[in-house]
Parts: sequence; C-alpha cells; structure tokens
Amino acid sequence: METMAERNVDRSHMKVSDEVAIQITNMNKWYGAFHVLRDINMTVQRGERIVVCGPSGSGKSTLIRCINRLEEHQAGRIIVDGTELSSDLKNIDKVRSEVGMVFQHFNLFPHLTILENLTLAPIWVRKVPKKEAEETAMYFLSKVKIPEQAHKYPGQLSGGQQQRVAIARSLCMRPRIMLFDEPTSALDPEMIKEVLDTMIQLAEEGMTMICVTHEMGFAQAVANRVIFMDQGQIVEQNEPREFFNNPQSDRTKLFLSQILGH
Amino acid sequence: MSETNAPTVRYVRDAMLPPQRPPVSQIGAARWLRENLFDGWISTILTVVAAAVTVWLAMKIAPWLIHSVWNANSLAECRQIVTEAGGASGACWAVIRVNINQLIYGFYPSDLYWRPNLAFVLMVVAAAPILFQGLPRKMLWFSVLFPFIGFWLIWGGSVWVPVLVVVGLGLALGAVTMASATTSTLVSVASGLMIFWMIFGDPLSFALDIVGLVLGLPTLSLGIGWLWGFVPYPSIGIEAVALNPVIGGGAVRDILPVFGPAVAQLDQLMPVALQSVPSRDFGGFLISLVIGVTAISMSLPLGILLALGRQSDMPLIKGVSVVFIEVVRGVPLITLLFTASILLNYFLPPGTNFDLILRVIIMTTLFASAYMAEVIRGGLAALPRGQYEAADSLGLDYWKAMRLIIMPQALKISIPGIVNTFIGLFKDTTLVSFVGIFDPIGRANAIRANSDWQGVYWELFIFIGAIFFIFCFGMSRYSMYLERRLKTDHR
Repeated sequence: METMAERNVDRSHMKVSDEVAIQITNMNKWYGAFHVLRDINMTVQRGERIVVCGPSGSGKSTLIRCINRLEEHQAGRIIVDGTELSSDLKNIDKVRSEVGMVFQHFNLFPHLTILENLTLAPIWVRKVPKKEAEETAMYFLSKVKIPEQAHKYPGQLSGGQQQRVAIARSLCMRPRIMLFDEPTSALDPEMIKEVLDTMIQLAEEGMTMICVTHEMGFAQAVANRVIFMDQGQIVEQNEPREFFNNPQSDRTKLFLSQILGH
Repeated sequence: MSETNAPTVRYVRDAMLPPQRPPVSQIGAARWLRENLFDGWISTILTVVAAAVTVWLAMKIAPWLIHSVWNANSLAECRQIVTEAGGASGACWAVIRVNINQLIYGFYPSDLYWRPNLAFVLMVVAAAPILFQGLPRKMLWFSVLFPFIGFWLIWGGSVWVPVLVVVGLGLALGAVTMASATTSTLVSVASGLMIFWMIFGDPLSFALDIVGLVLGLPTLSLGIGWLWGFVPYPSIGIEAVALNPVIGGGAVRDILPVFGPAVAQLDQLMPVALQSVPSRDFGGFLISLVIGVTAISMSLPLGILLALGRQSDMPLIKGVSVVFIEVVRGVPLITLLFTASILLNYFLPPGTNFDLILRVIIMTTLFASAYMAEVIRGGLAALPRGQYEAADSLGLDYWKAMRLIIMPQALKISIPGIVNTFIGLFKDTTLVSFVGIFDPIGRANAIRANSDWQGVYWELFIFIGAIFFIFCFGMSRYSMYLERRLKTDHR
C-alpha cells in the first residue's frame, strides 16, 4: 500500500476544538423517487480533517454538496457555522462564501486569467479593493507554488496546476471550512502528489476539511476521522488506524479489500 | 599504424554541396496549377468549363459596364448617350447620381442633412469603445448617452424630451440600485413598478396593465421596467409599448398626461429645440440604419433576458418567456410590421400619434430578440454545469454569476449565431417598405415609378445590394476578429 512516508506531517497545529463547525441531523435527500441520502447524522468539530470514502453511487459527493447547498436536502437539518441551510438565499450565499469547495474537474473560469479567477469572488462578494485582492491572490498562489502562472489562462496549465489554482481560489475567500470533492480523481498519477501536498499543507495549518477521496494514504496521514458510506448511509466511522486495521462491518471490509488489494 | 602519427579520422568533407532546386513541376505556379486546377481529368474538365463560363459572363457584362453613363437626367437620355457612343446597352448609373440624396435620406429636409450625418459620425464614436478594447473606458459614458443624442438629432424637437428621459432613467436606476441593496432584485423592481403605477396610473388601467403583464411580457417588463423605478418621466412610451402589446400602450395612457406638461413647462423656462422632422419624411439608408442599429443594439439585451427567463426555475417567468419566444418566432415579421402600423393604433388613446417608425423599431426588436434568445440559449446549454457550480460555491449571487461567469462564456460561444441574427435583422429592415416606409427598396420603387427613370432596375438594386453587402460583410469580419480576440482556451 502506498503511503505518504516521504513527508513528515507536522501535527502541531492540527487541533480539534469543541466548537461545532457543521451539524447535520436526520438529513434525507431524494432525486425524484430515488433515496440518495438516508438519515445522515454527522457533527464536524472545528479543526477536524474528515475523509469520506465509499463505492461510487454511495452518496458521498452528494453529502458534501449538500453542505454548501449545491444540492438541496428534503428532510432534516444542516447547520453550518451557526447558519441553518434553508431556502433563504441570503443564508445560502453566506454559507457559500465561508465554505470553500474544490471540484473533481477544477471548474476554473476559462475566460479569465489565473489572477482574475482568484480575485473575482473577493472583489464581487467580499467587496475587497482590487489591489488588496490581488495581493491576497499572489500570496495564495505562492503558497500553492505557482505564482509565475498568474497571468496565464487556465487552459495553459496542467491538470495538477489547475487543481492547485482551484484550491487557491477557494482560499482567497478566507473560508473556515474546505470541502474537497474527489480532487485528485481527474489527475494523471504524477500530478496527484502535488495536489495532495497542497492539501496536507492546509491540514497542517488547522483548516477544517471534509474530503471525498480514494487516496487512502492521504487519509492515514492527515485525517482524524474516516467515514465510510454505502447506499446513501454512513456505515462506519472511526479514526484512521482503527478504520483500516480493524474494520467492523462486512461492507467496509469488502470495500477496503477491493481498494487496497492491488 | 600505431607507431605513426596517423590521423584517426580519415576524411572530412570541407565543402558542402549546394542545395539543389526541386523539379520545376514541384514549385511555384506550376505546382499550384497542377494541384488545384489540373489534378486529374475531372478537375481539368471542370476548370475548362468554369473558365469558359467566366469568360462568357465577362463578355456579356463588360460592354454594359464599359458604356456606363454617369451624367444624364433620364433613362432616355442615358440610352441616347449609349447609342451615340455606338454601344448596344450600357449601365445608367446616372439614376443613382441624380437620386443619391433620396436613396440616403428620403425626404429629409436637405438643409438639415448635417443632423443625420453628425448622428452617424457620433454613432461610430459611440460604438467604437463597445466594439474595440483598446479605447479609454470613459468613452462608454458617451455610448450610453448616444441613443438620446442621436434621437434628438434625427427627430429634432425640444431638447427637454431626451433630457427628461435621461434624468428619469438615471433617477430610477439609482432608486432601484438603492432598493436592491436592502431587498432582493425582483422585490425591489416589483415594488418600484407598483408604487409608480399606484401614484401615477388610475386604478382601472393599473389593473389592466397587470393583466397585460401577466398575459404579455413580464420578463421584458422586468428587464426594461427596472429602469423605471419610481419616477414618472422615463417612459415616453417606447418601453411602454414594448412592455405590453397585449393591452397595448396601457402605460402610455398612464404616463403621457404627466410627461407632456413637464416638457411644455421646461420649454417655457428655457426653450432649446431643433426643427422637428416628421418621421414620414425619413427614408433611404437613413431609415435602414435607424431601424437596424436600434433593433440590433436592443435585441441583444432583451434576448439575454429572454434566454435567462426561459432557463428560470420560476414557472411564471419561464412560461412567459417560452410563450413570447415561440409566438414571436412563429409569426412572419411582416405580420408584426402590419400589426405595428395598423393594429397598435386601436390600443393607443385617441389623439395620440405614436410615431410609426418607433412602432416598427419596437416590433423589429421584439422579433429579433426572440431569435436572439434561442441563439443565446444554445450558448448557455453548451456551458458545463461545473461553471454554474463553481460560481455558486464562491458565493456569487444569481445576477453576478450570470454577468461575470456565465454570460461572457455563453455569449462568446454564441457569437456566430448572434451575428447571423444581426445580419438577418439588418437585411429584414427592407421589409418596412410594405408598411409605407420608404427604405432604400421603397425609394428605389418610387424612383422607378417616376417617368424619367421607368425601366431602370439593375443599377439601383446593384447599388443597394452593394451597400447592404458592405455593412453585412463588415459585421461578419468583425465577429471573426472578436472570436479570435476572445479565444482563451488554447485548444
């Protein structure tokens, strides 16, 4: 099994506080008649780094997309940073501006330069002056190690670089929570590492993160909790060592044997 | 060998051979001819036939062109000159020379030609910063004001009409902006309209207008109506009729009593006016450009709103957009023009003489905007869902996401279709000759009805066709330039 052995993860700032960042209670979601998410109960404390895994179609992407309401839930409650997600547009925009999201396919804006991609939301949503927004953008671009690409267009960058720009774009909004929806699944193998490194760096700074990913090495190195989902339910959750070495349910065992078997 | 100091490299060529020329059949004209014209026997036959047809056509047309007559006062005189010169037939361009002013201005008073000329020059200035990137952004303010300046220059009349409209629009815009800072856009627009109507309209026409809005064009009215806000002056009726042709001019009925006296008052205080030119005197390319340019520049924003309306989650807005698009697109333009010229009069209050040209402009705009909406919908559909999601996840609200993320990309994709619609629209302006407006085609027919020029047609229509071609070809080339400039995907 591949591990993150070549990098020592600095855990000094990874602290889980008592403060609740996300509270999901009895949440249910349907696509038409299809029951996608069933009775989800989940509490995320500030500073937690959670990895969500499970077979495809298990509802893990849908779950995190409900947290910033890219998907609407039909029953139960989701409270993010004290704001309950309802049909109130003001609440939704408030939550979205505080929750960063990174997508499988990057979703950078192809008609804008990298710098414009990064400054757009701070300028138009947070009303930050342009100059200040650009300074922040350059700071985060340096952090993801591609400041020299600032004036290029997304189409000129490699997949790994684009994904790092996407992470920087979210960070420019100074989010308190970051959601990752299979951030490395669309990348070539040699680019996965650079993106994972960026994510580890974020975790080291104490960011609250929820990652849907199949990178089990990342889960072992960084996560403080792994959640396994199947058929729209949370089947099992545990801290990573226990989760991998001592899975409780048969479905988890089957999944782990398939994903780690080769 | 080992004892001697023999060189380890035996031979090195020290003079390079000069490059040889490729065979004559493989370069230059010979190669081009072979590849393009005589590549096999089918292509050789086609080349020969095409050359023969070209020569034959040229021989037919050349004498006609060679015997062109530029100075004559009637077709008979033309023919006489051609015969005297020994030709069988000749082009009588004199008909254009003699009637050029009619073809360009119609019956616009000749001592006032400077006004449309100036308006044309200013139009170019106003369009420049929109079309080209390198110019100072401040010039856009002039572009915003130009429609009112152009209107005043061409129609004439009191300067207070356009000034009041500008001031009213400005105040309304400010009011709506302030209102939308506290409530949602839709609510502020709706409340603006409500307050406006409750104060200045009588209850019955208010009720009728609401019915009209529901049956007619709420999407449009929200698009244009938000410019109104709380202020009585902005609506001289252009927007009003665009708003609800179903109830037809309900808004004009409400507003004219306020607007007219206000202009009259200001005229007494400070009379500034140009000689008023009735629009029945407009004609020729002046009318084509006035209708074409206005409809082109109005149909794009309306089309965008309709396309967004059609995609909306709100059933009312969606339904109305769909019905509007399908109905307007399903009806021939000429029907709409007849509606504009005849039917609308029944709905206007008695005694109101609502300018025919304005009515035609409105109908042409509505017609083009329905097509435009569908073209833009195509662009919207081509965008991946991820773009919407990325915009949402950054906390951009609907209008900001549309304006900053979705529309720039959707419009770029739609450029060929948009320009296609523009070109079609510009050529369709010739249809107005059927409702008694003397556009170039209408003028040409009038000229041909004159006993001096009876029998002339090639020259006039070649001339008109050439001018239309220049404009349309220009638009086409511009769109290709724009596509190149906006290309950022580096595929």
